[in-house]
Amino acid sequence: MKRLFSFLVAVVVALSVMASGAMAKEVKVGVVWPMTGLVAAFGQSAWRGAKLAQSMEPTAKDGAKIHLILLDNKGMKVETANAVSKLITEDHVKAIIGAITSSNTLAGAPIAERYKIPMLTSSATNPLVTKGKKYVSRVCFIDPFQGSVAAKYVWNNLHAKTAAVMIEKDQDYSVGLAHAFMKAFKKLGGKIVSVSFFQSTDQDYSAQISTIKSKNPDIIYMPSYYQEIALFCRQARQYGLKQTIMAGDGAEADALIKIGGKAVNGVTFTTHYDPHAAATPLSKKFLKLFKAKYHEDPDAMAALAADAYFVLVNAINKAGGAKATPKKINYYIRHTKNFKGVTGVITIDPKTGNAIKSAVIRKVENGKFVYVTTVNP
Amino acid sequence: MNLTIVLQQLVNGISLGSLYGLVAIGYTMVYGVIRLINFAHGDVMMVGMYFAFVGVAMLFLPWWAAFLLSMIATAFVGVIIDRVAYKPLRNASRISALITAIGVSFFLENLFLVVFGGVPKAFPVPSVFGGAINIHGVIFPNIAIITPIVAMVFLAMLLFILHKTKYGMAMRALSLDMETVRIMGVNVDMVISIVFAIGSFLAALGGIFWAMRYPAINPLIGIMPGLKAFAAAVLGGIGSVAGAAIGGFIIGVSEILVVALFPALAGYKDAFAFLFLIFVLLFKPTGIMGEDLERGRF
Repeated sequence: MKRLFSFLVAVVVALSVMASGAMAKEVKVGVVWPMTGLVAAFGQSAWRGAKLAQSMEPTAKDGAKIHLILLDNKGMKVETANAVSKLITEDHVKAIIGAITSSNTLAGAPIAERYKIPMLTSSATNPLVTKGKKYVSRVCFIDPFQGSVAAKYVWNNLHAKTAAVMIEKDQDYSVGLAHAFMKAFKKLGGKIVSVSFFQSTDQDYSAQISTIKSKNPDIIYMPSYYQEIALFCRQARQYGLKQTIMAGDGAEADALIKIGGKAVNGVTFTTHYDPHAAATPLSKKFLKLFKAKYHEDPDAMAALAADAYFVLVNAINKAGGAKATPKKINYYIRHTKNFKGVTGVITIDPKTGNAIKSAVIRKVENGKFVYVTTVNP
Repeated sequence: MNLTIVLQQLVNGISLGSLYGLVAIGYTMVYGVIRLINFAHGDVMMVGMYFAFVGVAMLFLPWWAAFLLSMIATAFVGVIIDRVAYKPLRNASRISALITAIGVSFFLENLFLVVFGGVPKAFPVPSVFGGAINIHGVIFPNIAIITPIVAMVFLAMLLFILHKTKYGMAMRALSLDMETVRIMGVNVDMVISIVFAIGSFLAALGGIFWAMRYPAINPLIGIMPGLKAFAAAVLGGIGSVAGAAIGGFIIGVSEILVVALFPALAGYKDAFAFLFLIFVLLFKPTGIMGEDLERGRF
């Protein structure tokens, strides 16, 4: 009797496990973002965008739940590599969204490439991130384009003939974007009068400010992140530096204004998104829901994160939903064509994995981000 | 390299150096009495910054009240850390105490990460500290001038306490021979607590002035200055308060001057501070003002 009973129990358990395996149709997606550390504002904003996107489209077309597993990479390369490894080897995710900065994405990309798991970054703009790789793609533009947009804007709109450049040595994003700007600016006929270096952890810029002041450029180009730019602006204004500061998409975070205060008024930057430039039906819907939930406009990080989610789910749907293999998902990510996303129409080049998108220029005016113009590729 | 720039950078360097010195004093005094390198001290500086932030930005206290209360509160935190984490290990091996110190450091960092979040907060700078003065075209931020003066005042008060009061005498005696002091009837635990209180008070002061100079604070902000302050304490002779101040100035000034004189080497400025330390220790292992480590004297 006892043996029969335990046999029945075993059968019931086995059946329920099989049934739950079949019922709990889900697609596991890993997310690696900086929730703490140097660029925590980006990761937190991105997560808000991704969660909202998930609530707008929680399942694939076949009903499989999109299960997002978030790991904090603390803004560090080693942590990113660890997180990507863990997600692939322990959590068996079918795709990874991440990271935010180019340096960190570069750290995780080779691992995703080796295991042939598609990795989609929402915001890493350095060209090296996808170069030579088949499984890494992005929904944003790349720095050669961003640098030339900035150069053209300062040349044409700000009438700058000379520029001083501040490069954050230990961030691939900063180094790459600075060089892209310098190349484009020189091609237009501009002159780079000084190049200064600093590190992410630096807080004192007085030496660099002295150098820049002595060269008296028309503008200062600082392709860095919000905290560094805010601190630099405060000190620069204190020392009497009056030039306009031009930056890249790394500037865009509320913390820039909170930390920089009056000193960051006038900072102009290239970025991916502005609510006033919203074009597609999806972006209008996203904007409405975001404002209702968070009582403020979404920034580029949130919008791009949502796009990464939507593009990924679109690929998962085309690849077969719960049955989709990572390889197929990657194929459909790479073949995303004219997808009407939150930040605009997204087409990913199958050969490079890069998206061809327009750039938006915004600036800080009276403690708020305002829209300036859109530049098409 | 014109005079204006050198002068500006010198003032900057002295200002930065006094911040390192204030934090270094905590390291050196604690080492002097209980031979422990309190790796959590950099994070105590961070605690001071956040308490001041809460006082001004969340409780809306006037800045002087918020700053003073935060320094006192941080002194208490220092005493609590000693009582909870270090006192039980007073007779254990030094490695155990060192590991505990690292543990306290992680604990403080992550506690504040959970409570305040990872995004940097803007430290509210009172207007008296925010401006800059213009002397013959050379611009000096107010804070760069006020910081060394305040640091000197507190350093003088500390030296007075150490050399002219009974508890000060007890602290100096403790660094020479703890057992004998205990036999003499001195409440050793109380004296050690006072040492932690003073060290943490000064670290909070250093932290607040640091936060006013570079107003973006985050829970991990204490790590690098803590390391540099430790290097400063060793450079000046660990166990010597005057040495900690001198070491702090040397590290601060050299860090700023390296970037000012060799802009291309800006990325190596941290390395320069530590290389300098190694160099001095090669020729004078006990540091600049240092005594034989086992005789340790303030």
